[in-house]
Amino acid sequence: MASAVALPVRGLRLVARAPILANPLNVAAIALIATFALCAAFAPLIAPYDPLAQELGSRLRPPSPEHWLGTDSLGRDIASRILYGARISLIIGVVVVASAGVFGTIVGLVAGYAGGLVDEALMRLTEVFLAFPALILAMAIAGALGPSLTNAIIAIAAVTWAVYARLTRGQILSLRRREFVEAARAMGASSVRILWRHLLPNVLAPLMIQASFDLGSAIIAAAGLSFIGFGAQPPTPEWGVMISEGRNYISTQPWLSLFPGLAILLAVGSFNLLGDGLRDAFDPRLSRTD
Amino acid sequence: MRFLGFLTRRIVGIAAVMVGVSIITFAISHVIPADPVAAALGDHATDQQIAAFRAEYHLDRPLPEQYLTYVVGLAHGDLGRSIRTRRPVADDLFDSFPATIELSLAALIVAILVGIPAGVWSAISRGRLPDHLVRLGSLIGGSIPVFWLGLIVIGLFYYQLGWFPGGARIDNFVAPPPSRTGLFVVDSLLAGDLVALRSSLLHLVLPALTLGYFSTAVIARMTRSSMLEVLGQDYMRTARAKGLQERFVILRHGLRNALIPTVTIIGLTFGSLLSGAVLTETIFSWPGLGRYATAAAVALDFPAVLGVTLLAAIVYPLANLVVDVAYFWLDPRTQRG
Repeated sequence: MASAVALPVRGLRLVARAPILANPLNVAAIALIATFALCAAFAPLIAPYDPLAQELGSRLRPPSPEHWLGTDSLGRDIASRILYGARISLIIGVVVVASAGVFGTIVGLVAGYAGGLVDEALMRLTEVFLAFPALILAMAIAGALGPSLTNAIIAIAAVTWAVYARLTRGQILSLRRREFVEAARAMGASSVRILWRHLLPNVLAPLMIQASFDLGSAIIAAAGLSFIGFGAQPPTPEWGVMISEGRNYISTQPWLSLFPGLAILLAVGSFNLLGDGLRDAFDPRLSRTD
Repeated sequence: MRFLGFLTRRIVGIAAVMVGVSIITFAISHVIPADPVAAALGDHATDQQIAAFRAEYHLDRPLPEQYLTYVVGLAHGDLGRSIRTRRPVADDLFDSFPATIELSLAALIVAILVGIPAGVWSAISRGRLPDHLVRLGSLIGGSIPVFWLGLIVIGLFYYQLGWFPGGARIDNFVAPPPSRTGLFVVDSLLAGDLVALRSSLLHLVLPALTLGYFSTAVIARMTRSSMLEVLGQDYMRTARAKGLQERFVILRHGLRNALIPTVTIIGLTFGSLLSGAVLTETIFSWPGLGRYATAAAVALDFPAVLGVTLLAAIVYPLANLVVDVAYFWLDPRTQRG
């Protein structure tokens, strides 16, 4: 009986106790993410200029003490636009992962726990979404709904949730016949309570790893959609829009596209690094080889 | 017999997924706030023109009927007529798909030729500088936006150094080779046209490197990881104890076994290359499926969007099927299981 009580919270404890900070790379990743988050939160205080303010007399200036990362074709300060862009990119990542993660996890929980026809139907639906070429589906959705940042977020979330559904369902299948679930059921716990209280905490670790990678993927996907005109629209200081605006100046004023791209690389790289670190911390077998 | 059963099950599964894909894409492209009629005919179209357009694309019928008409056409190889190009979608896809295949295959070849040796090198130098470099390179490869990498590569190798062309499949002044496969490099070889071969190979370098970087990173990581697992196995110790040369032990005993999971990843990577190709083709003015898809989505050309999505959606499960079939023959355990 002791194990029946202890096991359900094992997942949460695993998450809390995983030696995440023991790896210096994880610390570096968390520090970078925290820096991005701070830039995003305090962009109005840190940014030296208004990201939308045009100063046509200072068009296409190279990096200098006045404009750390130079100015764009309308004389807007690139550093300020990147700082505000961090806001947009982080929001995209969080909203996509939160919505796709919650929806996919619920689908996976229901499919894995219910089994039978429900499982079969939900998993076939999941397979369909996994088979879609993500960017092409996102383009179709964003094209149909009209190009905007919100529609890009909807499109990316629509192609992301299926991974969570499959991941959760796989975990639930291996857990639902375990003793602590049987014990909870024998004690009269409802299905919802079993799912919420006993099964969900045990699938949190792999979901968190996936979420870390997806935060980066969502930022890249949104920037890609904006780059080809299906996401955020000018003059929004979004990193993909900025790269697109600098496209015609790549031979003469490369900093227009260079710095927003580096910002994406750093942000996505730190989420991927954290994802690697979480995976190693939660699965010691992998950390031996990685 | 067992193989036939396995193959039938998989093909039925793929067919079921394709039905799902077609329904969802059809729903997205037909239950939309945007108006494809306005997009195609503009704001000044007459009522007669609008009515004729709606009749031509069956937009005046109920949605289930539209879908059934589409599926019946599909069964006859008819993907409908593109609103933008006014040509049959199947013809458009037939023209643009080879360019994407050529680009994706070139990217995959780059990824395999660089990724596997890099992964092995990283594993055998674990914890030392080469290992750190490969891991850093893999991290960057997995985090870099492909469209940005393409721009930087064009800026450096085309504008600054002038080493490679920055777009298109072949020089304007070179006649494309007679089309047999649609792949310019292969067609140039078949025609013995060395000028076209040189030009098409040079045009392929930058887009293939750009598109292939992500897959290179994935393959290098997987090879490193599985190589490290293999290096610790007893049979590796035995091979060394027999006095075999280290290079022989690593290549013959280590890499052969480490490659099994890598082959799976290579199959999966091919599907993801198609998504990357959309953006790479946009940057490099590569006249493939990706550019066609982008133009179709902008113009709300739903028959074309449907066609591209169906074609792209079948590539991923087919690539998986090829990997699974290869496994079935290569690994006797799957035949028993």
